[in-house]
Amino acid sequence: MIEQTLAAPFQDKSAPAVTTGQPLRAMAESGDPVDTNPSLTKIDVTPTETATVFSARGLGVSYGGERAIENVDLDIGDRQITAFIGPSGCGKSTILRCFNRMNDLITGAKVDGTLLYRDVDLYDDQVDAVAVRRRIGMVFQKPNPFPKSIYDNVAYGPRVGGRRRGLDELVEQSLLSAGLWDEVKDRLTDSALGLSGGQQQRLCIARAIAVGPDVLLMDEPCSALDPIATGTIEELMKEMKRQYTIVIVTHNMQQAARVSDRTAFFSSEVNPETGRRGGQLVEVAPTATVFSQPADQRTEAYVSGRFG
Amino acid sequence: MVVPAPSELARSEPRHISEVAAMADFKRRRSADIGGEILKGALIGAVVIAVAMVATVILSVVVDSSEVLSGQFWTFVSNPSSSDSSRAGVVQGIRGSLLLAAIVAVIAFPVGIGAALYLEEYAKDSRTTRFLEIMVRNLAGVPSIVYGLLGLAVFVQNLRGITGGSSVISGGLTLAVLVLPIVIITATESIRAVPDSLRDGAYGLGATQWEVVKTQVIPMAMPGFLTGSMLSLARAIGEAAPLLVVGAAAFYTTGFQGFVEQLSGAFTALPMNVANFSKLPANEWAGHAAAAGVVILALVLVVNLVAIVARARISRRLSR
Repeated sequence: MIEQTLAAPFQDKSAPAVTTGQPLRAMAESGDPVDTNPSLTKIDVTPTETATVFSARGLGVSYGGERAIENVDLDIGDRQITAFIGPSGCGKSTILRCFNRMNDLITGAKVDGTLLYRDVDLYDDQVDAVAVRRRIGMVFQKPNPFPKSIYDNVAYGPRVGGRRRGLDELVEQSLLSAGLWDEVKDRLTDSALGLSGGQQQRLCIARAIAVGPDVLLMDEPCSALDPIATGTIEELMKEMKRQYTIVIVTHNMQQAARVSDRTAFFSSEVNPETGRRGGQLVEVAPTATVFSQPADQRTEAYVSGRFG
Repeated sequence: MVVPAPSELARSEPRHISEVAAMADFKRRRSADIGGEILKGALIGAVVIAVAMVATVILSVVVDSSEVLSGQFWTFVSNPSSSDSSRAGVVQGIRGSLLLAAIVAVIAFPVGIGAALYLEEYAKDSRTTRFLEIMVRNLAGVPSIVYGLLGLAVFVQNLRGITGGSSVISGGLTLAVLVLPIVIITATESIRAVPDSLRDGAYGLGATQWEVVKTQVIPMAMPGFLTGSMLSLARAIGEAAPLLVVGAAAFYTTGFQGFVEQLSGAFTALPMNVANFSKLPANEWAGHAAAAGVVILALVLVVNLVAIVARARISRRLSR
């Protein structure tokens, strides 16, 4: 229903996007003592509905003094799929993990520059990383279901958020949204570890959705899956972007071309001043542009398969 | 992508027929792997020796004890110590060993697992924490009699007001300190074995650190916690040396004792019974020493069985 042209940098807000009632998010918040206030901060900064969900300026990450990536200027549009592509070691996953403060968990990781999420500075002292991760969900490279039942996997996020009632409906809704309900509705109490890899990954998506996020970060979500399961997840992503902003890191350029609205190409370069190798953002543009007429030669070389 | 033409893949010179035959010769050469066969034989020998030694120990203890355990079993397990070999029993030792085990379980398990959780999940990976972990590993190698000296100085003498001197409390605390490093090390290992992907998944859903520890780390590490705890409990049940130093009695007679008197008064334990019986004239008492040994073995066996059952239950719940 929300048709976009790839050329448009951001989704047209006059389009029906605003009318997405987001039934799931609304549901997750009703009767939920924790998430009623969408604010991430102790100071009351209510995120506004903006066309730009993330805005990074001069964003960089170092691990124990080593610069992994630096100087990233990047905007992520609302309810779009943005793909991060680039060779190994270019820092694309590192940048992705800034967006929900997962880098906080790595000893020695330091983030600099600014990163705004709907006009809130994510790295402000007042921002609670736990609250950030409830608004900005993540799906990992390898499906990582908890060694619990299918039901308990989906209910995990709402439960740690303090929700006790209405879990049955929420679990069903989340599994429906992840396209997994019909396959598992008769065995919700079975272990999630008995599902196939593709099913496990969709379960992880359902689990992330159940918290009622605004954004889904996906770190190479299909790299451990076969082509058919990959296709299912790609279809699911296209469906989900009506409701969620999605950022996906992928090694698979065809995947980026198939699903994303915008593509950011990262590369690993030797800094002429320090002589050290580090990641940087080469260019970000509508996906069609990146693949047909990239502005930078390095992008052209990468997408045409001449390196990487 | 450029696909090479078939002609580029082919060798320019065709192989001679003998060359091809040599490549396809998969016949087994008997002399090919002498080293491997020798090693295999040596390893089998090692297993045989180990099993034979354990079997001999168990068999000799059982044979030696058969007279006592078959002739006067109930007298032996229900009577207190006595100078009359036909009436002597180890009920005080059984009671003491159970009390010691209970004290070890109450003190060493929570403290040890707590320390491991702190070191692995909360403490930053700094030089201090690494130094601490090395120290804990070294402590696991300290001879048990040295822990007895520590118990004598700290629990028997300095903390006499709390422990009542040479009491089962002092003995239990000493054994708890003795097994603490083992509990910490095994707990640390099982926490490390919890995949980071589970922690990431939980954090990614907005769990706090405590929620991650409570709902992911502890349940996954629980089978390991159990194994380590039960191993250390078995070790504690079998120790005599530190109890000797702390002042466990070899022989004592009391009338009726209340629970408090039992905790703070004279005590003994099954290993002490074994040591005591073996010092007495062999013709009359040798069977008693072996019989007390069998009781210890049975106790350790029960502890291990409990651990195995509990472990299997948890594993089944996790994989269901």
